[in-house]
Amino acid sequence: MAKKHAVSFKLNGKPVDVLVEPRELLIHSLREKLQHTGPHIGCETSHCGACTVDLDGMSVKSCTVLTVQCQDAEVLTIEGFEQGGVLHALQEGFTQEHGLQCGYCTPGMITRAYRLLKENPSPSEEEIRYWMAGNLCRCTGYQNIVKAVQHAAKKMSSARA
Amino acid sequence: MIPREFEYHAPKTIPDALGLLKQFGDEAKLLAGGHSLLPMMKLRFAQPGHLIDLGRIRELKGIREDGGTLRIGAMTTENELIWSKLLQDKCPLLVEGARLISDPQVRYKGTIGGDISHGDPGNDHPALMLVLGASFVLKASTGERVVPADGFFIGSYATLLKPGEIMTEIRIPVPAPGTGTCYSKLKRKVGDFATAAAAVTLRMKGETVQEVAIALTNVGACVLRARAAEDSLRGKALNDASIAAAARLAMSICDPAADQRGDAEYKTAMAGEMTQRALRTARSRATH
Repeated sequence: MAKKHAVSFKLNGKPVDVLVEPRELLIHSLREKLQHTGPHIGCETSHCGACTVDLDGMSVKSCTVLTVQCQDAEVLTIEGFEQGGVLHALQEGFTQEHGLQCGYCTPGMITRAYRLLKENPSPSEEEIRYWMAGNLCRCTGYQNIVKAVQHAAKKMSSARA
Repeated sequence: MIPREFEYHAPKTIPDALGLLKQFGDEAKLLAGGHSLLPMMKLRFAQPGHLIDLGRIRELKGIREDGGTLRIGAMTTENELIWSKLLQDKCPLLVEGARLISDPQVRYKGTIGGDISHGDPGNDHPALMLVLGASFVLKASTGERVVPADGFFIGSYATLLKPGEIMTEIRIPVPAPGTGTCYSKLKRKVGDFATAAAAVTLRMKGETVQEVAIALTNVGACVLRARAAEDSLRGKALNDASIAAAARLAMSICDPAADQRGDAEYKTAMAGEMTQRALRTARSRATH
């Protein structure tokens, strides 16, 4: 068996260590070793975006990243959004605007939208659709997802003002 | 879907990476953004014994201009190309092309050097590199060489990159002022490769074509340079008739593989249509 690697990174602000074979994918470390089951396994082929996490300021599909690539990284998953019992503006937006039905894509959607709003705090509808295009939803038809992101953008910008 | 077992290496310098490449020879694969290689490894189409991750080598990143040449580190990501003010000003074709690649998450990881050296006929940068007259810096433990994009792509997953070499930099001469460019790509959906695509750079002198370059994506074993189509336009007026004639010449060199995106006849027709659209848009962007 290939030599195992001890990999240390920050997960939602807390230091974690995992011992992995080089071939272990980040999504499996998160779900099976670190009990963070928010990021979902959808297609396993980097198409659907259900496994999206934030990795060092990038939205990535954690089914296409090796855990060994994450040494010293900062990883954010949906589990890190709610703070002290208060939902993040994006979680509130998805609730208020009915941005989900079955909910399978939602952790990936919210995590992706988080990075989008960091990079572009007030995106147009077209920009939201273009920059959220790596996340598939088979329920909503996307209209309410766009509204949810707009809801969060508005709330976050008024909080900054 | 989990890859076969392999050993992982994360060198921090180019000499260290070259040393590992030499040490492990045929058993080694270079990992750039990983969005072509890792899926192939998960499907076990690729089964390297040693994976050499270039992600921690700082000198492989960045975009700068140096005496009329754009120098782009091979590990620069697609999103970094899209967000580059320098490229938007000096080489908007590269930004337009990168925006049409896959989806946002893939573009955070996918790199220009990976896209070029992978040799997949569906990759988009090869056509852009051909029409921009780019060249590539290839480093080996014995030294480096600079090879032009024209001639670099020799077949399906086959390029002039030798075992033991690493592509470190992409060099693009800044297009002359007034050059009009366009990448016109037909794809079925976000994330898919092109059904067919055409890249064009165009310089006009009054109403006639002074210089033109046309390259086609995913309609042959590798990217195709549409030379006869270019020759038919040089020194001529650019109008509906000459554009249609050039598109027919471009179609005549297409030899696409039929797949779920369409049969060969359809893909060839779409390559012609993309050529026409790219020429028209490039003309609208060129100043005379």
